[in-house]
Amino acid sequence: MQRFSGLAVALRRGAWGPQWRAPEPQAAYDAVIVGGGGHGLATAFHLARDHGMSRIAVLEKGWIGGGNTGRNTTIIRSNYLFEESSRLYDHAVKKWEALSQTLNYNVMFSQRGVLMLAHTVHDVQVFQRHVHANRLNGVDNEWLSAEEAKEFCPPLRISAGMRYPVLGAALQRRAGTARHDAVAWGYARAADALGVDIIQNCAVTGIVRDAAGAVEAVETTRGKIRTPKVGVVAAGNTSVVMAMAGVRMPLESYPLQALVSEPIKPVFPCVVMSNTIHAYISQSDKGELVIGAGTDAYISYSQRGALHVSTHTLEAICELFPDFRRMRMLRNWGGIVDVTPDRSPIIAKAPVKGLYVNCGWGTGGFKATPGSGHLFAWTMAKDEPHPINAPFTIERFRDGHLIDEAAAAAVAH
Amino acid sequence: MLLIPCPYCGPRPELEFAYGGEGGIARPADPAALDDDAWGAFLYHRSNPRGMHVERWRHVHGCGRFFNARRDTVTDLFACSWKVGEAAP
Ligand SMILES: Cc1cc2nc3c(=O)[nH]c(=O)nc-3n(C[C@H](O)[C@H](O)[C@H](O)COP(=O)(O)OP(=O)(O)OC[C@H]3O[C@@H](n4cnc5c(N)ncnc54)[C@H](O)[C@@H]3O)c2cc1C
Ligand SMILES: [Zn+2]
Repeated sequence: MQRFSGLAVALRRGAWGPQWRAPEPQAAYDAVIVGGGGHGLATAFHLARDHGMSRIAVLEKGWIGGGNTGRNTTIIRSNYLFEESSRLYDHAVKKWEALSQTLNYNVMFSQRGVLMLAHTVHDVQVFQRHVHANRLNGVDNEWLSAEEAKEFCPPLRISAGMRYPVLGAALQRRAGTARHDAVAWGYARAADALGVDIIQNCAVTGIVRDAAGAVEAVETTRGKIRTPKVGVVAAGNTSVVMAMAGVRMPLESYPLQALVSEPIKPVFPCVVMSNTIHAYISQSDKGELVIGAGTDAYISYSQRGALHVSTHTLEAICELFPDFRRMRMLRNWGGIVDVTPDRSPIIAKAPVKGLYVNCGWGTGGFKATPGSGHLFAWTMAKDEPHPINAPFTIERFRDGHLIDEAAAAAVAH
Repeated sequence: MLLIPCPYCGPRPELEFAYGGEGGIARPADPAALDDDAWGAFLYHRSNPRGMHVERWRHVHGCGRFFNARRDTVTDLFACSWKVGEAAP
């Protein structure tokens, strides 16, 4: 791997060249990852780096990062309510803090702070409870008055005449954003350098099991590939892939939308989220306002959401930030998010030998990418969960050990 | 926005409706007789297909009634809808 550094830039002659290979699929691998999003690529990286496995393939039906990894609004935070989730998401935030160095690739992680607005007495109580719970769990989160929130984010309107006045906000200062494409590319480049085969335009169409029921191969659009271990990291398509092994999942897939404005000079210093009136916003380094809207009401694989859903969010944005009322939106799009009944992910062994699944990240898994890859690789390599992901099984829906983060996750991220 | 065929009122805009999730999931007649696996599957496991889906809708801002429909989850086009208690077409 050609290492990036200031010196490398200064001494560079000509083009950089491709940063990872485009290999033909081999007949057999020690492990196959289904899905070349951030989570799948991070899993392959950790399998190769931490567990000494080098015969690994990542099979991606389209192009890497073309799923939710490349479609999300990149908010990273760890102020979830329960201990299990605090541990899971803060594990990831700690990895984000070192990720550009780990990968030798600038993922543009920016800890600019995430402000979550409270508009009702109930919001105030819930967020203050979150602040206290987070601090007990060693996760930073603090309560700001409306005036303090405006000081932190000057474009914010806090006047009393609003339909949903801002009564205060919870601020996680270590939270922020990162560049989504760079995350996929950085992991791909680092995994490739460790010998991982990243195979694009290769859809998995079947999971083959031996007489004892264990995984023995996957069928793909580029032929059959033998492997004793399959890790499914297919986000919105998880139910479809798991059905290939006869496993029914506690998941539903919904379209979730985002949109970006025309680029403008830096005006927006942080990330602001409002679960109650449903809007979240930040400004990218290109200058676009990045705005997250809601999910559609019904399950769908259409990868586009309804216009009334994004209209609703834009109305909320205009109410909170009147300065933006005359801005134009450049693009909107949708991704398909896989939602569990308790809004927490599944990172676990499946009830089929050799099959593992990392899914259910729903509307908010980008923030977990580095932690999720680390934990899922551990689970696949050792055939048992790491203590951090041990509670995040499929069986929790049988045993009643739900980790209900609906309030922390809402849809907003 | 979807145009949803209410079997009582005809096609109406999505905003008049509430989605009711996967259809055809009957509550077990004797829940106490189920083991944890079966009860968990009843509560939480869903088909979530990429393709035809049988689902429930409720025309909350219209006739107020529940009904069933079949919709393709890739194109979002409705194939048909039918009243509760009727056989699926
Ligand atoms: C609009 C939007 C905004 C969001 N905002 C945020 C946010 O601000 N913060 C946050 O933390 N999260 C956010 N999320 C959620 C986040 O994007 C996801 O949780 C996360 O990116 C999931 O990563 P992944 O690698 O698991 O999935 P993906 O990136 O979707 O990767 C899965 C891959 O699997 C591939 N695949 C599927 N089926 C097959 C098959 N049969 N064979 C081969 N490959 C297959 C797909 O093509 C895809 O590339 C948002 C999501 C959306 C859609
Ligand atoms: Zn009706």
